[in-house]
Amino acid sequence: MSVGWLEVVVATLFISIVVSLILARGRHWLEPGFWKIAAVITSSVMAITLVLLTVDTSRQISMGSKRVPSPSVINREIGYVYDAERMAMVPALGKEVGLFGRVWSEEEAEKLVTKGKLVIQSRNCMDCHTLLGNGAYYAPDLTKAWLDPKWEKQLMPMTGAKTREEAMRAFLMNPDKYPTWVRRMPNLKLSEDEAMAVVAYLKWMSTIDTNGFPANFPEVKVSQ
Amino acid sequence: MERLYESQRLAIWYFWTAIALFGAQLLFGLLAAYQFINPDFLYGTLNFMTNRMLHINAMVIWLLMGFIGGIYWFLPLETQREIVGIKLGKLAYFAFVITVAIVVLVFLIKQFGKGDFFTLWFITEGREYVEAPRWADIGVVAVALIVAYNVVATVLASRRLTGILGVLIVDLAALFGLYLAGMFFTPNITVDQFWWWWVVHLWVEATWEVLVGVLMGWLLMHLLGTPRKIIEAWLYIEVMLVFGTGILGLGHHYYWIGTPPYWLGIGGFFSSLEPLPLVAMVIHAVYDAGVHRLQTVNRPALFWAFAQAFGNLFGAGVWGFMHTLPQINLFSHGTQLAAAHGHLAFFGAYVAANLAIFYYILGKTRVKEGYIMNGAVWRIAYIGLIIGMFGMVASLTVAGFAQTMIERASLGSTWEAYIQAQMHPWMEHAYRWRFFFGLIFALSYMALLYDLLTAGKRVEQVKEAELAR
Repeated sequence: MSVGWLEVVVATLFISIVVSLILARGRHWLEPGFWKIAAVITSSVMAITLVLLTVDTSRQISMGSKRVPSPSVINREIGYVYDAERMAMVPALGKEVGLFGRVWSEEEAEKLVTKGKLVIQSRNCMDCHTLLGNGAYYAPDLTKAWLDPKWEKQLMPMTGAKTREEAMRAFLMNPDKYPTWVRRMPNLKLSEDEAMAVVAYLKWMSTIDTNGFPANFPEVKVSQ
Repeated sequence: MERLYESQRLAIWYFWTAIALFGAQLLFGLLAAYQFINPDFLYGTLNFMTNRMLHINAMVIWLLMGFIGGIYWFLPLETQREIVGIKLGKLAYFAFVITVAIVVLVFLIKQFGKGDFFTLWFITEGREYVEAPRWADIGVVAVALIVAYNVVATVLASRRLTGILGVLIVDLAALFGLYLAGMFFTPNITVDQFWWWWVVHLWVEATWEVLVGVLMGWLLMHLLGTPRKIIEAWLYIEVMLVFGTGILGLGHHYYWIGTPPYWLGIGGFFSSLEPLPLVAMVIHAVYDAGVHRLQTVNRPALFWAFAQAFGNLFGAGVWGFMHTLPQINLFSHGTQLAAAHGHLAFFGAYVAANLAIFYYILGKTRVKEGYIMNGAVWRIAYIGLIIGMFGMVASLTVAGFAQTMIERASLGSTWEAYIQAQMHPWMEHAYRWRFFFGLIFALSYMALLYDLLTAGKRVEQVKEAELAR
């Protein structure tokens, strides 16, 4: 089912007004009772619409859907390219390249990503960073952190790592050793497993279709 | 001075605890604001993330405590009887305070845990605004259910269901029900944030607004003698507009988290209507205050009620509208502009409402019949807090525009783009100004605290009251 936003807006407003007027007929518009009916009907219409949209949205954002890929996507090459039709930046998937030198099965990938989310919550990442644009504004947004050019330009030389994921793991385990600016990330005592899980999580998160957010992020092409 | 109901004594406990937590909110806010200027300050001991978390959670809890206090104050007046479960209510108060104390201590001492479910249950859930560990979440729900039980049972026992009480009961059910949407774990961050906003947005932009509508309605009735018919008609109009725009206005949080594109249109449309109920509240406040020519026995309460109406309109309405359309929000989302909006909206809508009610209560409990509550100190606190807040908001707005322009629109939202924007003088200076106005705000809080402690007790006030008669 594809939902049109304009139809939803017009329908909810129309139903709210018409049903309220029908039920309140005979009452003067200055009476509290008139507005009581309008309040109950409008709130109900909007709440019911929200529930219906939630059902549809939940289907479209489940793990493994088109918008939110399944965790095994961490094995693929990830890109971020301009889609002329949608006039927005969208994630792109390339060939299988693995992560940390191996290919993770669906089950292993799911475990890793789940662990990554637990680590992100346990270390309160959202009270400095934003994830999908939500959180605090003391540190950079992490929506596309996996694709950030800074890993290759600065962090790989700094940490002496050969791959992006190794640079990320080294940085996450000792962020205080690799300062990139005056505001430094504190050492949150991530174990090696935890750091790997966070790297996998950030890679997975960069494949979510966020309707073009963040805009203007440098394009990353993938080999097919 | 009238005889107080037990419920009203409980309300006073809630208010003093709320005011103390307000102080804690300012302390951690100042620490966090200073770390923007000097990131080495307390680095490694009390990191920004901890200060920021305490800043926000203290705010949520103290505002909620103030609301509960307001309910416990006006409920017996409305139902004309003592509330039913007063012992349970007191028990819940102590449970609430102890829970908050333990959570704060853990946040300060432990700060973070390992990446497992133990951390989520006993240290932090690590989701902005919903950081409290899950055991405390359950505690908050239990306290909330006791408040809801007390409201419903008292209304049933009094056999008197007014329009205001009806709205309050429906709103409390929604308020407490929604909190449950934030109490589960999923690795899917899109699903996580989808439900997380049910707690955050539907609380703050829908159920809290209606709850404050109820409390301010009661306040105006008791303070100015506004007829119940007018209050109830306006309350229904506000409910219609708040829920009518706010429920689907939730869509403005669903633009960029992985949800389908129809939310761009739905969220954009309804959230741009969200200022409507706020305009209605301003009309209401101006009308009522005008009828009484700003004269009442309790001037600070009236002035804070007035500040509430305007602060809500500017903070939630104007500053929210500024970046609610998806075309603008694509660039401004997650920048200091959101912080500017958040500061003014919470201050205007909820801090001012709580202070208005607290001043009203102090007037009732401390000032003799026939005297008026007035003085110089509340004015200093009032003006200082408003100037401090507007200064912080203005600074953050400048910072937000600079960040939107440099990091998002020009340099492309990368790590380096973020740093470039933060190092730009427009942002660096703004952070200094924000800290400066934060200090003014904190000093004004001291004046407020002094005034709340002594209002109605000072000799000069009584004299002035006599002269005024």
